[in-house]
Amino acid sequence: MNADARTPQRARIPSGGLVDRARPLRFAFDGRPLEGYAGDTLASALVANDVRLVGRSFKYHRPRGLLSAGAEEPNALVELRGGVRREPNTRATVAELYDGLEALSQNRWPSLRHDLLAATRVLAPVFAAGFYYKTFMWPAAFWEKVYEPLIRRAAGLGRIATGPDPDGYEKAYAFCDVLVVGSGPAGLMAALTAARAGARVLLAEEDFRFGGRALAERRPIGERPGHVWADGIVAELAAMPNVRLMPRTTVFGSYDHGVFGAVERVNDHVAVPPEFEPRQRLWRVVSRRCVVATGAIERPLLFGDNDRPGVMLAGAARTYANRYAALAGRQVVVFTDNDDAWTTAADLAAAGATIAAVVDPRAAPSRSAGDGVPRLRGCVVRALGGRGLEAVEIRTTDGGTRRVDCDLLAMSGGWTPTLHLTSHQGARPRWDERLAAFVPDQLPPGMDVAGAANGERSTADALAAGVRAGRTAAEALGRRVASVALPSTPPESTAHEPLWRVPATAGKSFVDFQNDVATTDVELAEREGYRSVEHMKRYTTLGMATDQGKTANVNGLALLADRAGQSIGRTGITTFRPPYAPVAIGTLAGPHRGTDFKPLRLPAAHGWAVEQGAVLVETGAWLRASYFPRPGETDWLETVTREVTTTRTAVGVCDVSTLGKIDLQGGDAAEFLDRLYVNGWKTLAVGRARYGLMLREDGIVMDDGTVSRLGEQRYLVTTTTANAGPVYQHMQFCHQVLWPGLDVQFVSVSDQWAQYAIAGPRARDLLRAVVDPRHDLSNEAFPYMAAADVKLADGTRARLFRISFSGEFGYELAVPATAGERTVRRLIEAGAPLGVTAYGLEALGAMRIEKGHVTGNEINGQTTAHDLGFGRMLSTKKDFVGAVMARRAALTDPARPRLVGLAPVDCSERIGAGAHFVAVGAAARAENDEGFMTSAAFSPTLGHWIGLGLLTRGPERIGERVLAVDPLRGRETVVEVRDPVFVDPTGERLRV
Amino acid sequence: MRIPCPHCGPRGHDEFAYYGDAAVVRPDPARPDAERAFCNYVYLRDNPAGVHRELWYHAQGCQTWLVVERDTRTHVIGRVVEARGASASEEAAR
Repeated sequence: MNADARTPQRARIPSGGLVDRARPLRFAFDGRPLEGYAGDTLASALVANDVRLVGRSFKYHRPRGLLSAGAEEPNALVELRGGVRREPNTRATVAELYDGLEALSQNRWPSLRHDLLAATRVLAPVFAAGFYYKTFMWPAAFWEKVYEPLIRRAAGLGRIATGPDPDGYEKAYAFCDVLVVGSGPAGLMAALTAARAGARVLLAEEDFRFGGRALAERRPIGERPGHVWADGIVAELAAMPNVRLMPRTTVFGSYDHGVFGAVERVNDHVAVPPEFEPRQRLWRVVSRRCVVATGAIERPLLFGDNDRPGVMLAGAARTYANRYAALAGRQVVVFTDNDDAWTTAADLAAAGATIAAVVDPRAAPSRSAGDGVPRLRGCVVRALGGRGLEAVEIRTTDGGTRRVDCDLLAMSGGWTPTLHLTSHQGARPRWDERLAAFVPDQLPPGMDVAGAANGERSTADALAAGVRAGRTAAEALGRRVASVALPSTPPESTAHEPLWRVPATAGKSFVDFQNDVATTDVELAEREGYRSVEHMKRYTTLGMATDQGKTANVNGLALLADRAGQSIGRTGITTFRPPYAPVAIGTLAGPHRGTDFKPLRLPAAHGWAVEQGAVLVETGAWLRASYFPRPGETDWLETVTREVTTTRTAVGVCDVSTLGKIDLQGGDAAEFLDRLYVNGWKTLAVGRARYGLMLREDGIVMDDGTVSRLGEQRYLVTTTTANAGPVYQHMQFCHQVLWPGLDVQFVSVSDQWAQYAIAGPRARDLLRAVVDPRHDLSNEAFPYMAAADVKLADGTRARLFRISFSGEFGYELAVPATAGERTVRRLIEAGAPLGVTAYGLEALGAMRIEKGHVTGNEINGQTTAHDLGFGRMLSTKKDFVGAVMARRAALTDPARPRLVGLAPVDCSERIGAGAHFVAVGAAARAENDEGFMTSAAFSPTLGHWIGLGLLTRGPERIGERVLAVDPLRGRETVVEVRDPVFVDPTGERLRV
Repeated sequence: MRIPCPHCGPRGHDEFAYYGDAAVVRPDPARPDAERAFCNYVYLRDNPAGVHRELWYHAQGCQTWLVVERDTRTHVIGRVVEARGASASEEAAR
């Protein structure tokens, strides 16, 4: 079948395997065109093409080949795809092959075969454990200039794409009764048992094909090939409406109360996702029960140069042969301390390889690899060869040494249960001496673990454990479980006598392949006192980076335990934290990027503002008009000055819809307001509005706004835009927690009402053109601080308030949000003969600073009512939130920084918010600090810059001069301390 | 984490806002030692390893303030009731 002359798959076994030979796929590795089959991973296709060198190591640039066939792969990290879709550090072992796949090896220069930086091998002593902490300590200036660039060049992983990711990512939620993680024999039986009992089952499988280890073994299950058995179970599950099958889905984290995080690789197996489909989907799975059936990961053995390309985990070599029909070597040595790897010898022999030897140090392995396979009792002490394995040096137990030629060494140091998910919530695994493995001990509520992940190694044990776990889960949910027949399997031996370290080796023995941590590094760390596993991890970097030591951790612990003369159980294991496997930041971000980073709120008349050419600005969640430039205006300040001047001399209209609005009703509404605000409300008459200030319970100002009494038992509370949510929550707290006995009800109506400020000496004229003429708007009939329901001339029901934030004579007109855009258009149209201008946030800000009105710049979570000049508002006749704490001496100390106005002595000078005050002549140092400028604006009314600020003993210092120091903008300005109200200090404009 | 809201059923904790100890009681401001009592009320909190009664606000749901029993060591959630009625004000206690 592999007769294509262009790309012969030289190491493809002629028949068998779960690849579709009718569907060849072209791909490229380091630019070299190659061919694989549907059903391959990138790794298996590389094996099939006899590509052995796949990467260079992190620190020493040693040539590396595939170590594993799964998620644990430390070596074969590649850059997948090109351009803006380039994805570094992708494990070739889990990258599903697709037509046109392009991959580049990493961390080599100029090429994989000829890596000049491999010379760092000479520098190896420099890179020993703790090198970050001790090698490059001096001279200090060398760190940034010499050492760091050198290390960055030499040590590293892939290159990230620099352009924006063109693909989409989604977030989704799933709910189920039983989440089963892993679809090997244990996972399939657990899912089947629970599903047959009627539970809603979600089966998540990292691989693109269900079956787990059953796909990789020749051992039959139920007298059928493992994959045929698995397909049968999957078909039954797929036909059940209560089952959801999720292939290509990695459950990466386990959280409280049955919540799991998972990544579904929806379209990683195609070059470009189809339109409207995401590349990946982040799932939050909420489950009532969970069965962890995540299998186990094989351990390498520690001998000299055990990282040579061609040295592979025995189980992986078997997977490549059995599942992918790809032969990782023709001349094979198996080196093992357990019976399982003998299966590899048998399977590779059956696939056509020559088994040169099985090396096993144990006295009596219960297995044989078949006739004619020489068994050597002893150890491989060194792998020989450069970019690829050529031979191994073996020391036999009887003291002899021999060299055996081979191109594949299949090694096995036993299996480590993949128990990460059982441990993410803090449960520590337990060392099982008999299994020579950490196994799950205490499990989070609702979780069970089955199969190899629980140390149940044989297929028969895994199948039985799956049924048990599925039954436990279903019964815990109150379901009746019919008996499930266990499929038969042939007898299997899993005997194991751990060989933690091969004696008398030569050359570096790598423990952590990805971080280039060798046995000598662990020993050095122990000698230098890093004896706790957590310290050893950080000092040597063992167990760090993308694979988190999946193949390395237990070997490292065993070494440390041996050096420290204590058991592995006592030595302990480092903490497992999510994610189990790397998750791209883009996946976690999901759709929340760019303008979709967070929701954007638009006022009802947004379309009108855009049409007017408004320059928009984000304020909190809102997009608001900053200013409305007119043709010929070239500078924002020119526009803002015109808007302010027009408003102060004629009339202006501003959208203030973003204010928080709360409709408050009930027999105790006034009493409730009394407790919320520092000032009193029982004297407020129907049809009147009042300014209110509220504190936090610690006495600091929380928010301000107006409250209007719309009826006997009905009030409209307004909040600042930024505090609309927090004030509402605070009111709920006061009502539900503090004073549940009060008869009040309230609801946020912020989104239901659009509101427009109409300000300026001609505001009444404008309103008369818009409001139903039957309403008397004269000063006598509708005075300052009046509030009333009105009808507009076009029939719209509205509310009119004679209140002013700008300090100009004016009103605020509220209409239902659906009438907002229509109403603002009407206002501008009716105002044209009066010379109306629309004004935005900038002009509003300038006018409120002119008037000395505070906003969030001054109500900044640190200021008291006294600081802001509201000390006399605090009622002494009633209780209110913050009343007692606000009276504390330190909060009413006159020496606190308090609100003042500021203006530059030289009127041509500019001042800015954030400048700090020091006495004139004093050095601009923190110990001389006397407060800071909270707000600043150019005042068109006064013709120069003005500011508000918090100045130590401020109100006592009116007329003094201080220095405003603004190092950020490089300014030092002498300013005069003024009263904060620059314009209309007596308020006469408001009352005409 | 999942919190069983008495109105909305079990919901993800990100729908809720945390407010802390539910055991503290707002003192009577007329007490002679009101300032000290309020200082304790505002600032002093126990930090128990074990069951903790605490206030959560179901902001993205029914907007009810809840008293949630949570074991700070295991996050096991016990009884969840409306704060209304399990009130934290001395006045209400009177």
